[in-house]
Amino acid sequence: MSRIFVCIAHRNGVAEDTAAELVSAARAIDPSVAPTALVAGHGRDIDTVCESVRPLFAEVWKLGNEALSYPNAELMRQALVRALPPQSIVLVPHDHFGIDLSPGLAVKLNSAYVPDIVAIEGVEQNWLKVVRQEFGGQIYAHARCDVSSGAVINVRPGGFKAEAATALNGVIVDKSPDIGTLTVRRRYLETIVAESGAVDITKHSVLVSVGRGMQEKDNIAIAEELAEALGAAVSCSRPVVDARWLEKSRQVGSSGKTVKPKVYLACGISGAFQHLAGIKGNPFLIAINKNPKAPIFQVADVGIVDDVLEFLPELTKKVQELRGVSAK
Amino acid sequence: MVGIYSPALLSDWLVPGKSLFLAIHIIGIVLFAYIVARRLVPLYRAQADPRFDQPLARLKNVGKYWFGQWKHPRYPFAGVMHILIFAGFLLLATRAFTLLIVGVSPNFVMPGLSGKTGHLYNVVTDYAATVVFLCMVVAVVRRVVFKPARYDVPARFGKSHTADAVFLLGLIAVLMLADSFFAASEAAGRARIDESMQLAFLSLPWLLRVGFSSTSLAALWVINVTAYLVHAVTFYFLLCYRPFGIQFHVETSLFSVYFAKLERGTVKPVRWDVPEDHLDQVKSFGVKKFEDFTWKQILDFYSCADCGRCADKCPANAAGRPLAPRFLTIKARDYAFEHYPVFGKANNSNPLVGTIYSEDEIWSCTTCGACEEECPLLVEYIDKIVDLRRGLIDSGTVPQSLQKPLKALESRGNPYGKMEKKRADWTRTAEFQQDCTVKVLDQKTHADVLYFVDSVTSYDNRMQSVARATSRILSKTGTDFGVLGPTEADSGHEVRRFGEEMLFQALRDHNVEAIQNAGVKRIVTSDPHAYNALKHDYRDLPPVEHISQVIAKELKAGSIQLGPREVDGKFYTYHDPCYLGRHNQVYEDPRTVLDAIPGLKRVEMKRSRDRSFCCGGGGLMLFYEPKEEQRMGVLRVRMAADAGANVIVTACPFCMTNIEDAIKVGGLEGQMSVIDLAELVDQCMVVPVREAEHEIAAVGD
Amino acid sequence: MEILVCVKRVPDTSENEIELNAAGNDIERDELVYSINEPDNYAVEEALQIRDRVGGNVTVVTVGSEDDEEVLRRQLAMGANQAFLLYDEAFEGSDGRGIATILKEFVLKGHYDLILTGVQADDGAAQVGGMLAAMLDYPFASLVNSIEVDSSKLRIGREIEGGNREISEIDLPCVLSIQTGINEPRYVGMRGIRQVASVPIATFGTGELNVDEALVGAGAAKVKRVDYFVPVLGKSAEILSGSREANAEKVLELIAAKGGLK
Repeated sequence: MSRIFVCIAHRNGVAEDTAAELVSAARAIDPSVAPTALVAGHGRDIDTVCESVRPLFAEVWKLGNEALSYPNAELMRQALVRALPPQSIVLVPHDHFGIDLSPGLAVKLNSAYVPDIVAIEGVEQNWLKVVRQEFGGQIYAHARCDVSSGAVINVRPGGFKAEAATALNGVIVDKSPDIGTLTVRRRYLETIVAESGAVDITKHSVLVSVGRGMQEKDNIAIAEELAEALGAAVSCSRPVVDARWLEKSRQVGSSGKTVKPKVYLACGISGAFQHLAGIKGNPFLIAINKNPKAPIFQVADVGIVDDVLEFLPELTKKVQELRGVSAK
Repeated sequence: MVGIYSPALLSDWLVPGKSLFLAIHIIGIVLFAYIVARRLVPLYRAQADPRFDQPLARLKNVGKYWFGQWKHPRYPFAGVMHILIFAGFLLLATRAFTLLIVGVSPNFVMPGLSGKTGHLYNVVTDYAATVVFLCMVVAVVRRVVFKPARYDVPARFGKSHTADAVFLLGLIAVLMLADSFFAASEAAGRARIDESMQLAFLSLPWLLRVGFSSTSLAALWVINVTAYLVHAVTFYFLLCYRPFGIQFHVETSLFSVYFAKLERGTVKPVRWDVPEDHLDQVKSFGVKKFEDFTWKQILDFYSCADCGRCADKCPANAAGRPLAPRFLTIKARDYAFEHYPVFGKANNSNPLVGTIYSEDEIWSCTTCGACEEECPLLVEYIDKIVDLRRGLIDSGTVPQSLQKPLKALESRGNPYGKMEKKRADWTRTAEFQQDCTVKVLDQKTHADVLYFVDSVTSYDNRMQSVARATSRILSKTGTDFGVLGPTEADSGHEVRRFGEEMLFQALRDHNVEAIQNAGVKRIVTSDPHAYNALKHDYRDLPPVEHISQVIAKELKAGSIQLGPREVDGKFYTYHDPCYLGRHNQVYEDPRTVLDAIPGLKRVEMKRSRDRSFCCGGGGLMLFYEPKEEQRMGVLRVRMAADAGANVIVTACPFCMTNIEDAIKVGGLEGQMSVIDLAELVDQCMVVPVREAEHEIAAVGD
Repeated sequence: MEILVCVKRVPDTSENEIELNAAGNDIERDELVYSINEPDNYAVEEALQIRDRVGGNVTVVTVGSEDDEEVLRRQLAMGANQAFLLYDEAFEGSDGRGIATILKEFVLKGHYDLILTGVQADDGAAQVGGMLAAMLDYPFASLVNSIEVDSSKLRIGREIEGGNREISEIDLPCVLSIQTGINEPRYVGMRGIRQVASVPIATFGTGELNVDEALVGAGAAKVKRVDYFVPVLGKSAEILSGSREANAEKVLELIAAKGGLK
């Protein structure tokens, strides 16, 4: 089996959760192979990260270059192509960076590419068997990928459990000289931070989160009433923002905010993975949805199959009674 | 010269009287003719509009609405005043012309008005002038002191119109005064030389003559001639000034009423002069620039009297949406005045939406028809809104919230995007199937009656119970009926009114074929929008009825009996759906049905029947997200509460949806509920006595 | 600016119910309605807006069969200048890389300053744009949600985590994959479609394109879908059964127990 590499996403000297998840994925491909970490960056941060991931890997390849101080997928790709041995298997988290990096990387490495996998079912005669989702997460698919000339595999963040830290004590190998000079045709300029808006949902321990099931903008008021009674904040899924019912700062998800509440009420939310990707810390998840087959019920702790527009006012009433506030 | 002579004989001013007044006539008439000709220019350049058919029906309208001032009393105070002023003007017209001609032909008397008839006429018109004058005074006081809300001009629509209104009212008052001073001074003068001239007792001229009792003859002559001059100048000034403002309605009202739309309930074709099968050749659909309007639509802009009744009753306006029908017209009129000036060249036209109109303004209309119902000049609004929407659709400028349902209507025949094969799923719930089997009609399965369900009633969970209730009613009355099921597409009623004409035609053609294949003799529907579409937008269909009409008929025939509603202390009120009530004038049947339920207590909302307040819109309005301060539905529910009701009965699925939502959003849950007429009747229907006897007989065996 | 937009015809997600078929190995395909992949529609709108600002041409292309022409026509009705269908028996069964290979040959036949794709389609792969760029050796950016034209460069915004936007400058020619929400696409009505009903759409196959048949088609695919399935439900939520009131009370209890009441 070829070498398995794991791309480490990191920020401010700290490796992201996906690093450990990808190690799990690598083990699922070949339990006998200890993967190699790829850490690209510059300066002190990169050293800190390399050091922190050693317990999970046999080797940690450091790819240091000033041009890589900001994670620019175009430059990263060039660096990887120069540093990686032929027929490597490379695991990358399927996020905004992985989407940017991997398809082109697979072409340049002349290997296969399989995106956004949620499960690995092993290798059979050079075909890797994986599980993916299609149609916006509405259905699952078994797929297989020819890895005989290597592969780039994008792994869904949160799709695999984080590998418990082992005592591997990986060797840090400085592959920076392999990089050489990078051609810059896409230059990073700046990051515009999303407006925090009036309410910072990341700071609330209870969130009443609304989705398309609220049916129309005016019904958001029903959720706001509940949130007020609970002392919580209203957050939402992407379709709510696209429909302009709430502002972007309320969005929970891979393209929105990441939240770590204690209690999360998913109201009329189907449970698309991009939304769930924004919920961390394993909160107590209560789902209310008219559709008993909604994927959210797979991940919720408690579910109520009911019309959210009818259930929420009932819940609000109960909360208000408890608080001693007379119902309106 | 001594004594009072006709002003034509004036000889001690610069110009002899005859010549002076003749000159005034000529200038006045020529100027007026020129102004009117210039005002007609945009009408020549506008689109075709065939309004020359059915002269008798049109004359009937003139009799009722123009001469009979039929709509004016809907606002009683202003209405009565206007009737008085209008009557006054009609009566005074002959007198005014006589007066004008006298300045050129001194002894002129209008043919037929000599002797006793002439005298009587003068008495009547003395009073007429007095009444008109008093009305002017009252009108000015009303405008300036009491300021009725409907005359207000919100800042975004420009400056207040009060100054102009007062100016015009003032000029009319001056006209009346000038006439009265002339008559009074003449009568006073004649009295000096022992000639009598009768003036109507206590009329304005009469009162003025009293004031002249000690005025010298010479002075009276001066007053007389001056009054005459003032009259002539004011008359012609008004004549020429009127086409520059809202007073143009004095001239155009006769035409706007004569040419008013005769066919109710339907929408004009894209182009009157292009048959449907040639529409693909039309380069541009709808109204994008001013010349895309038809000449009648432009005549409407001229005819608006700025009375504000339309905007006063407009539900979109009440909800704080950017639309007020009055200003739709006034802005277009101002545009016409600016771009087709009387003095100057007609200048280039720009697209109207984005300049005088905003997109939100055009999408805000629910086509409820309240504006058209109020307008005393029969100005039409719905066709203009639809034409403007056609223009927006044609240029692709459609809100994203509307694009989804339109796309779903195209692919799936319903705005929800749900599968066609599920359209009749409401007939297949276990409980319902025990009561009632509903046939699905096609080329092989026929029935007497088609129940046209339409999209919202078929697919919306709440509305499906209305479909079931309607089916049970039809079934219990022994009607042989069925539904089209998967072959039924949306009636397309809203699609058409949202400007997507071609999609409407596709839906219509599909449905007509399906209906013809089903071989039915009658169509019944529980959806007033479908009712209106099938009755007015579609052609060559069997007769269509709304379920409320069917129930009323069956009640009269004795084939339905309604048992008492449990005594629950509730007060019911009936909300007239726009497309059943106002557009199709079905007001009494639903009420008859409700009143036939023993023990049911019913109250009437202030705004009911033709003044019913739109719930917020049918069809695509469920998807559109307007900018508004309040929801129409919430306003309506409060009206019901104000009338003392706690149950609203309606006969339209869109009203039901909007009102149910409004009850929640308006915080009236538990205090107000809503039920559909069909559901109510279904709950109260008792098995006719004959069947019960059979059952007893069977048990006895 | 010469702009090419690569589009795909997919089952419309809002007007279909994606369900497993009776055999349990594919989705139920009877009665599916199709439309243009939503992100591709945003890409075409963006291309039209850029063209209307700076001048040029917008070309739309798809790899598929005759069925896919309806989507090309719709985009012509929307305002695209020309449309091409890339069809050949040899192309059938291509995986994403195969599609990108075919598109690459098409691009090399013409001259385009800017190539747009939607960020992802019904299979959620989000790959064709990036692959195409690598094959052409053009710079690439994904998840683009804003574009400003500045002579021979573009200033683009990418959607990154937290709702933030990463601003970069990218050289032309380049490939961009477009995220939904970048603009508000104009409406295309029935009338528009009818007006382009007879506009010719050129079809290119292996005869017109320089495609190496060994690199496309089912035979060359390195990633294959085996089947669709619905997973056996593992640990899922405890569904409360009871009256609405009882459920609400239980939920309140649970919230309180988890420290959610302040």
